[in-house]
Amino acid sequence: MGVQIAFFLFSLIAIIGALLVVTTRRLFHSALALVLSFVGVAGLYILLEAEFLAALQILIYVGAIALLILFAIMLTRHLMDPRARAFNEQWWIAALVAGFLFVVLISMILRVQWPVREASVPSDLIENLGSSFVGEFLVPFEVASVLLMAALIGAIIIARER
Amino acid sequence: MEGILFLKLVWLIPLIPLASFWIIVLFANPNKKLSHSIAIGGIALAWILSWGALYEGIKHHVGSGEEAFHLSWNWLPTGLSWFKMGVMVDPLTLAMLFMVPFVCLLIFIYSIGYMHGDPRYSRFFAYISLFACGMLGMVLADNLLMLMIFWEVMGLCSYLLIGFWFEKPSAMRAGLKAFITTRIGDVMMLLGIIYLYSRTGSLTYTEIFKPEVLEKLAHSTVTLPLVGELPVATVIAMLLFGGAVGKSAQFPLHVWLPDAMEGPTPVSALIHAATMVAAGVYLVARSFPLFSVVEHGPQLGLVAFIGAFTAFFASTIAIAQNDIKRVLAYSTISQLGYMIAALGVGAYVAAVFHLITHAFFKALLFLGSGSVIIGTHHEMDMMRMGGLRRRMPITFWTFLMGTLALAGIPPWAGFWSKDEILGHAFHHASELGFLSWPGFVWILGTLAAFLTAFYMGRQVFLTFAGEPRSHHAEEAHETPWVMTIPLIILAFFSTFLGFIGVPHEFPIIGPLLNNPFHHLVGEGFPATPLNFGVMGLSVLMGLSGLALSWVVYGREPLKAGQPDPLSISLGPIYTVLKNKYYIDEFYQATVIRFALWLSETFFKFDDHWVIDPIVDGVGKLGRKLSEVGGLFDLRVVDGIVNGLGKFTSALGGVLRLTQTGKAQNYLLVAVLTVLMLLGLYMVR
Amino acid sequence: MIPLSWYLLVAAALFCIGLYGVLARRNAIGILMGIELMLNAVNLNLVAFWRYINPSDLSGLVFAIFVIAVAAAEAAVGLAIIISIYRNRDTVNVEEVDLMRG
Repeated sequence: MGVQIAFFLFSLIAIIGALLVVTTRRLFHSALALVLSFVGVAGLYILLEAEFLAALQILIYVGAIALLILFAIMLTRHLMDPRARAFNEQWWIAALVAGFLFVVLISMILRVQWPVREASVPSDLIENLGSSFVGEFLVPFEVASVLLMAALIGAIIIARER
Repeated sequence: MEGILFLKLVWLIPLIPLASFWIIVLFANPNKKLSHSIAIGGIALAWILSWGALYEGIKHHVGSGEEAFHLSWNWLPTGLSWFKMGVMVDPLTLAMLFMVPFVCLLIFIYSIGYMHGDPRYSRFFAYISLFACGMLGMVLADNLLMLMIFWEVMGLCSYLLIGFWFEKPSAMRAGLKAFITTRIGDVMMLLGIIYLYSRTGSLTYTEIFKPEVLEKLAHSTVTLPLVGELPVATVIAMLLFGGAVGKSAQFPLHVWLPDAMEGPTPVSALIHAATMVAAGVYLVARSFPLFSVVEHGPQLGLVAFIGAFTAFFASTIAIAQNDIKRVLAYSTISQLGYMIAALGVGAYVAAVFHLITHAFFKALLFLGSGSVIIGTHHEMDMMRMGGLRRRMPITFWTFLMGTLALAGIPPWAGFWSKDEILGHAFHHASELGFLSWPGFVWILGTLAAFLTAFYMGRQVFLTFAGEPRSHHAEEAHETPWVMTIPLIILAFFSTFLGFIGVPHEFPIIGPLLNNPFHHLVGEGFPATPLNFGVMGLSVLMGLSGLALSWVVYGREPLKAGQPDPLSISLGPIYTVLKNKYYIDEFYQATVIRFALWLSETFFKFDDHWVIDPIVDGVGKLGRKLSEVGGLFDLRVVDGIVNGLGKFTSALGGVLRLTQTGKAQNYLLVAVLTVLMLLGLYMVR
Repeated sequence: MIPLSWYLLVAAALFCIGLYGVLARRNAIGILMGIELMLNAVNLNLVAFWRYINPSDLSGLVFAIFVIAVAAAEAAVGLAIIISIYRNRDTVNVEEVDLMRG
């Protein structure tokens, strides 16, 4: 019972946060709402017994990405003023499309017989996770590190002051 | 057969003068001496070959029909078999081979003198060489097609030579008249040949004159409009005779021959006296089996009638002519009539005999008149001649020989041949009665003989006797040897040639000579029985004719300016005769006017009323169509093409709107597409 | 137990909302935020499926971790580009960046 309440709570946070992200005119508020949404999702991760991932979510998404977005907003600030329009000309089609997609997805989700299995999370999840990173998923791990490095270098070069 | 060298080469005979023609035309034209040498060399060679063949032909007794000497070659493939062309030498051919190249040679030599100084000297020799080829080819032909081909060659040469001095409009007109008039006859001949071919499938003499073929032609009939049913052989014969009427200048197609005198005199002698005009006689003689196979058909009667009528008719005109050559022209028409009439009553041998002798003495007379013309510096009117006897003696004496021959005075050649014709006619007339064709022939022939002697005597007296009646005649002089030697040679033949045809029963010389001509040519024909009465009558006619001419013209030769006594005594008849019975005028008013009208009408049809308007109309229509087409092309086609372009452009313009450059738009489209696919997936 | 489909629904909702943000926002950073939402939704899906289908197979979780890593890289580079554009063109309005317009 408690789980369900928690679920609803976190879901609500996530969704309301998301809605705020896409509807607020003021960008700063939008970024903050994004943080809210991330937190909600993190909560959902915990409910799904993926605590490590929830921690990662907070650490990276909130701690790094959202922060980065805030900095970027602040750096490009003086242009965005609330009097300007936040949405482009196709916003109503976009809304329709998104809504329609949602309807489609709902119908699909509810129709399909998901092959759910009653199983429990392994107890040594973290250990397994760690050893799989240097075992089974070594290559993607290394590639990811190269990717991050490339992103790092790239971002520096692109955003550099000439 | 052994020793037939010349016979084997007979096919060469027409080709040598042909070669002369080409060589002169292509190479020797500028060089006059070379040209006449080539021509004379050619004809001399042909003459040698011909007399060689003649000798061999006699020695080896070539016969007619199957026994003739015959060479032929495949020429034209006709279905399963071949149409052959070739040469045939039979007695008739031999007789022609005797006369033709020899007379040609003499006239060629004469032409050196006559045509001296003419600007187109070489061309003249080229033309007469071509003509010689034509005549020799016709004589040697072994089938009717080849005969016709060479017949036409001669017709062409006649036209070219009559109009030789084409600057003279009268000469050009005469040439055209000759060609067109003989054409009428030629068309009939062609029809006859075609009809014969269609009925027998062949034109070769040895084929078509086979007894069984002739019988078939005689017994099968054809129904014609107006005349009803006639045997095929008769129809063919009469059509072929049409060609003879044209070529041999018989009534009613005789009108071209007097006008043909516009040509140079050697031409008149050669073509219009000795050889080409004899071709008609030759044709009838050659196809004689066709004529004689139907016993009581109209064909021989037609032949006899036209021949006898022409003989008399022409001689009446001759007595009123003043042009020295016209007299001889009408004389030729008349003598040809004799030959034709002879064939019409079955006197085959006599006709051929007369053909041969006539060639010699008529050529002599023409060449003599040519000599007179040259000697008097182109005087042609006899009324302005006179007294030439002392001034041109050789011409006079040879001319006299010719006259005696033509008048039928023995022993000159003309007597023997003419008498044979009259004797034969009389003989048949005495059997059938004098209201028959033979009777008609004999009566008219005898009368014509009288007139012939008269007009010839008239000619001699007017030309040579008395005193010159003009300045030209006074200044006349004898012509060079190159012209007088042929005269002498021809005079010799005119005097003595007749002896080869003396009838067997004639006292003394008959059995002595044994009538070689009849033996050669007349195998299969019965010899004409000798009738001294007829003979005597003929001689009487001749002598009395000459005597009358002496009375009128010789006793008191005419003075200058004096009118012809005949015009006074005959009065209006004389005028009619002088104007040739106004036949030319009659033709002009009827046939020619009609032909011209027809031609005008067709011209208008072509040019004004129908053809040209149609053609122009089509042209205009074409242009209109092309305009429409152009319009169509411009509006529709271009419209389509341009429209396509504009459409593409517009489409592009419209589609360009999707290229907003804004990533969000593109993304929206992508999402929409995915949604659609998803939707489809769901619905299925 | 919460049924799997609930999680999926939430994820779907997040995804659609994020899609709307991507399609409709003018500000480039706003679009980027929409993208982050969509990535989150995907991650949620992945983890939900991992948990409910076969939790012992770690590849689901690992995938989600890598998604986060990539998202981070992408956010960094994306923002760098936005800043660069801002510097060059004096705008962060994507509607004004239409050089590829046809």
